[in-house]
Amino acid sequence: MWFPGSWRAALYLLANGVAGLLALLVSLLLFAVGGVLAVAVVGLPLLAALALIGLPAATLERRLQRLVSDRPLPHGHREPPGPGLAPWLRTRYTEGATWRELGFAALLMTVLWPLDLLAVTLAVTVPAALLATPVLFDGEQVNVLKAYPVTTWPQAFLTAVAGLLVLLACAYGLRVVAGAQAALTRLILAPGGEHQQVVELTRSRVRLVDAFEAERARIERDLHDGAQQRLVALSMMLGLARLDAPPGPLGDQLSRAHEEADRVLVELRELIRGIQPPVLTDFGLAAAVADLAGRCHVPVDVDFPVAGRFPRAVESAGYFVVAEALANLAKHAGADRGTIIGRYAAGILTVEVADDGCGGAAIGAGTGLIGLADRVSVVGGRLSLSSPAGGPTRVTMEIPCQALPDSA
Amino acid sequence: MPGPSGLRVVLAEDSVLLRDGLTGLLARFGHEVVAAVGDSGALRDAVAGLAPDVVVTDVRMPPGFQDEGLRAAINLRRAHPRLPILVLSQYVETRYATELLDAGDGTHVGYLLKDRIGHVTEFVDALRRVVDGGTVVDPEVVRQLLRRRRDPLARLTPREREVLALVAEGRSNLAIAAELTVTEASVAKHIRSILHKLGLPPDDETHRRVLAVLTFLRC
Repeated sequence: MWFPGSWRAALYLLANGVAGLLALLVSLLLFAVGGVLAVAVVGLPLLAALALIGLPAATLERRLQRLVSDRPLPHGHREPPGPGLAPWLRTRYTEGATWRELGFAALLMTVLWPLDLLAVTLAVTVPAALLATPVLFDGEQVNVLKAYPVTTWPQAFLTAVAGLLVLLACAYGLRVVAGAQAALTRLILAPGGEHQQVVELTRSRVRLVDAFEAERARIERDLHDGAQQRLVALSMMLGLARLDAPPGPLGDQLSRAHEEADRVLVELRELIRGIQPPVLTDFGLAAAVADLAGRCHVPVDVDFPVAGRFPRAVESAGYFVVAEALANLAKHAGADRGTIIGRYAAGILTVEVADDGCGGAAIGAGTGLIGLADRVSVVGGRLSLSSPAGGPTRVTMEIPCQALPDSA
Repeated sequence: MPGPSGLRVVLAEDSVLLRDGLTGLLARFGHEVVAAVGDSGALRDAVAGLAPDVVVTDVRMPPGFQDEGLRAAINLRRAHPRLPILVLSQYVETRYATELLDAGDGTHVGYLLKDRIGHVTEFVDALRRVVDGGTVVDPEVVRQLLRRRRDPLARLTPREREVLALVAEGRSNLAIAAELTVTEASVAKHIRSILHKLGLPPDDETHRRVLAVLTFLRC
């Protein structure tokens, strides 16, 4: 891999050198002709075309990048809204990519191309001259590189050996130079949009999660203030009616209806807790986790000395991770003891749920953890699962977050 | 008009439907709702202005629709330690009951699920027990507590735990005896044993019962 890489680096630099030179010539021509004809207005489009010199230069560069890098370099151009020259021009002149490419072309035809050609020339000629010394030596004298006189055979052969070393060094040097230039052009040409898109995507996911949280809160409130209150009122009316009902079939039916209303109330309460646990809203994560542990069929030790409150999405993600982990623990692990450890230090909230069960859990294996991993990653955190066969299983969640200021 | 045993109640509940229903229900048992308010600020003012016999309040109220009602109840307990308060809630989570009972000495206080309102006589009895200085915790919340692992209670026998749970619900010895179909004397024996095991000081009996309940809730 040593020499092919160097050949590709040399080719990359050479092609870039030539391209830069060509671009310079074309630019000068356009500039000169455009400048002269500007008086007759015809020249103005020519000058304007100068701005597009980056397009071919960058297209070639993206091809050449494949010689020295296996990462594709996206072009970052938008699709013109319609066919024809006018939309194409409008799109090209109004997008960042065009101007980034012009910048690249400017750099290529002013600074880079002479350097590229110089680097390739030196890397080829110097080792070649040194290596050729014994061949060129006529027994009298040969001036290596026109600077260094060689007068004896041993010297000549030594020079050749040195040439071999220099060749290796140059081969390596070419790759370094080509790599550096590729990185530089990538820096200029890589759509800044790539990063922006990721940031924007993250933002939109965060917005989605926030909207999701807000929606859950709204549904919970509607159920609590609407259906739940009405059911309580209904249960109360039935209770009062039972007081007045004479013993007999009517009273029995009222009793049955009353019991049914109570069952619905219990179910609704469970439903609401599943949507938005009130204890989480009112008392925060530590209290809600303790409550979850209290509900788990397997005994769970809780060590969660974290009094502060965190952003809603963080608390919510933490809560549902613990809920899911405990559900899995109770269902699959065959564990007879669980532990929950929560810590908040150095701006990172860590929650760990562990059990002494049989292990062998996988995040994707229908554990419901995969969706939670997504949820945790949206708030910038990580969810990891360690579950070797034979146990113990350990679900760890880390979320970098700020404790809310008004919390204890 | 309430009779001689009728209670003067301040009711804080933001749902108009329930407010009217509760007012009617209490009136039927001879109690008078002297003020029915819809938020914690008005509750404070009503208690200050009317000196009621008992306060009945919802947990969740405007403006924030979180636990303002509970917070208001806790603040009222701190300001008037002897003011009987019954908190009605939709939440089984023990944390709410614990917070409430921790504010003050645990007497004259109750935490009931709203479901309990439908069991009209039970509800009115609970209200009376709170006014009489008792501690009432909803059976559902007590069940929730029983499912927890709790060290101080580990030394109790299962039977003693059963008795303690009933004490926490605010039952009398007689009622506990009926529930467990044992004699009242054996209930008293169990309770003595419980108090001893929980290391509660042998002073006033009622107070020790409350402390036992508090221990039970806090574990």
